[in-house]
Amino acid sequence: MKRIITLTVQDRSGVLNRVTGLLQRRQFNISSISVGPAEKEGVSKMTLVVEVEDDQRLEQVTKQLNKQIDVLKVSDITDKAIVARELALIKVASSSQLRSEINGIIDPFRALIIDVSKDSLAVQITGRPDKIDALIELLRPYGIKEIARTGLTALQRGHQPQVNELATFSLLK
Amino acid sequence: MNVEAKLEFQTSTAPKTGADLLIDLLIKEGVETIFGYPGGAVLPIYDAIYRAKSRIHHILFRHEQGMIHAAEGYARITGKPGVVLATSGPGATNLVTGITDAMMDSLPLVVFTGQVARAVIGTDAFQEADVMAITTPITKHNYQVQSITDLPRIVKEAFHIASTGRPGPVLVDLPKDITSGVLSEEPEEADIDLPGYQPTIKPNPLQIKKLADSLAKAKKPVILAGAGVLHAKASEELTAFVEKHKIPVVTTLLGLGSFPADNPLSLGMGGMHGTYAANMALYESDLLINFGARFDDRLTGNLQHFAPFAKVAHIDIDPAEIGKNVPTQIPIVADAKEALVELLDLPVSPPETVEWLEKLKQYKQDFPLWYKHDPNGMCPQWLIEAVHKVTNGEAIVATDVGQHQMWAAQYYTFNQPHRWITSGGLGTMGFGFPAAIGAQIAAPESTVVAIVGDGGFQMTLQELSVIYERNLPIKIIIVNNGALGMVRQWQELMYDNRISESLLHTQPDFVKLAESYGIRGVKIDNQEDLIASLPELFAYDGPILIDCRVLQQEKVFPMIAPGKGLHEMIGVKPE
Ligand SMILES: Cc1ncc(C[n+]2csc(CCOP(=O)(O)OP(=O)(O)O)c2C)c(N)n1
Ligand SMILES: [Mg+2]
Repeated sequence: MKRIITLTVQDRSGVLNRVTGLLQRRQFNISSISVGPAEKEGVSKMTLVVEVEDDQRLEQVTKQLNKQIDVLKVSDITDKAIVARELALIKVASSSQLRSEINGIIDPFRALIIDVSKDSLAVQITGRPDKIDALIELLRPYGIKEIARTGLTALQRGHQPQVNELATFSLLK
Repeated sequence: MNVEAKLEFQTSTAPKTGADLLIDLLIKEGVETIFGYPGGAVLPIYDAIYRAKSRIHHILFRHEQGMIHAAEGYARITGKPGVVLATSGPGATNLVTGITDAMMDSLPLVVFTGQVARAVIGTDAFQEADVMAITTPITKHNYQVQSITDLPRIVKEAFHIASTGRPGPVLVDLPKDITSGVLSEEPEEADIDLPGYQPTIKPNPLQIKKLADSLAKAKKPVILAGAGVLHAKASEELTAFVEKHKIPVVTTLLGLGSFPADNPLSLGMGGMHGTYAANMALYESDLLINFGARFDDRLTGNLQHFAPFAKVAHIDIDPAEIGKNVPTQIPIVADAKEALVELLDLPVSPPETVEWLEKLKQYKQDFPLWYKHDPNGMCPQWLIEAVHKVTNGEAIVATDVGQHQMWAAQYYTFNQPHRWITSGGLGTMGFGFPAAIGAQIAAPESTVVAIVGDGGFQMTLQELSVIYERNLPIKIIIVNNGALGMVRQWQELMYDNRISESLLHTQPDFVKLAESYGIRGVKIDNQEDLIASLPELFAYDGPILIDCRVLQQEKVFPMIAPGKGLHEMIGVKPE
């Protein structure tokens, strides 16, 4: 199963290496990882999407991450009410004739064309990973030249529903 | 002006360097001994050591691997961090085995490595190695000092991290320009700044209560005592708890001595070469209480057959160990001593264990450890018993890795804590002899015995120079079977006797070898001579090497073959 784990870490040299090295050594697969400065100076936030077999392995991965001296906090937010986004840039082969057709496809996704050249254009989309996957599939017939994705980043919502009102929905199939 | 006075003069006026500051900080941490080896990148530190000669003690080893194992032996006996100093590049990489060993066996070390100057880091400069990357997975934490103003904090944190919680090695990489740099002013006192490191020491009272309730109901409780009991210095509390409730105790390889072996409630060591009674107790138990052991695979055997009927309680200071290998119903994150004190305070009705204890007593009687004497030579098991006798069972025993290690664990019964030094998790050949050196430095008044194999001894024997130089009266027992015995045993039993590259056809003359280092050496090849001479050899006031020729075909039994469960031991009785 895929889990979303957020880490608050001290912004010290080597901390990303500590986290990824640990996951590799303990045989956890990283689907994506995104890192950036957090609200407090000297602190960074990482969002990991990891593949784990079962609850026991999930418990291991969070405990091992917690053991790192530079890791301040580990949260598995998969089952929480969260907002989660990824950004993707997609370069699509396109002549000027096709431009408006492509525009029609990306519009419902609230994606933007952010670069245009003679024979290609670049689309920017933000959203949940499944939404990005869907757009990529729709653009594929035109010829995708390049994709760059940031990996998921996520926040817990301000209001966390009580357990009974939480409709479990899966972000990550 | 004589030379001495001139030196005094120089030291008092020389400006203070980063290296001088480092030495001051070490002294402030209470460091008495540095286990070190010099080189280019640490020359500024050696210069500071020269200046600080009267205030701190440095021991020069002959190989970085030897010195770090010595620091491990020192840490095992004192509970204090062993302090290691090596140069950059090859000096640092020679430490890798020892750092990993300390990580696996939770030994506190603070390791200082030299590094090339900051300006050339990353350029493949002479003797540059990426020590931070190399040691990240094998240290509890590591630092590269980027600014001299950070040094006081980093040193303080390094000692704190190494010695608290679950102990382990911490490495501090010191670029040469930091240690050679002249201080413009004395840096300020530093505070530890570790918001991400707060080990849990006190147990959760609800969990303790849960354990007490389960204990009251148990019919077949058993305690597994690991090295965590020793790190917590909780042997007395463990014994009090065991006596109060009459619970049988199994110790792990590294937990030997945490509970007296001669106590009737002791079942001895569990695991691959443990006793039948110990392993059957774990197998049949209905409540397994693990104090500070990490359920290593050499202890558990096949996990599917491990304690299949037991509710498991696990007390460990490292939460990540709980539930890692064995599903645990009562997890208790705590220091073993704190947990035992809480447990002792609770009014628990003692479990009804009479029948259980009777059964285990029968196992002990019916299936004791065994070996057969052979008129053709010396039995290694008997040799260990003889060493036990001549030392009244009170020596500090350091072993190497192999058959002799298992025989030492089985036959040198430990009734006191902090007497046993062995490489458990990593199983590092070459560990035993230098570890004994560290132990003798830590406990100059104690009898220290190094029980080593003829194979492993040859991996770090260069440290004979150190025991000669320091006149450390270590008794080296080479259990000489002319073989990489443990490998030979596995090949005989599991590979249909295809003995592949595990016999040592040529060996040095160990007696002459010892003598060439200035050390007394003796060779003994039969039991009569051993009995006759051992008291004198042990009374000898100085280092001595005793090359004991033992029977090559002897095997370590009983045994759980790989993939088998605790209840499937082989060799529990003589054929
Ligand atoms: C550094 C290292 N290399 C290889 C091994 C594998 N190994 C384990 S026991 C053993 C044989 C040790 O022989 P010896 O030191 O003579 O001890 P014995 O088993 O004969 O008592 C070997 C090669 C190891 N544990 N460590
Ligand atoms: Mg041997």
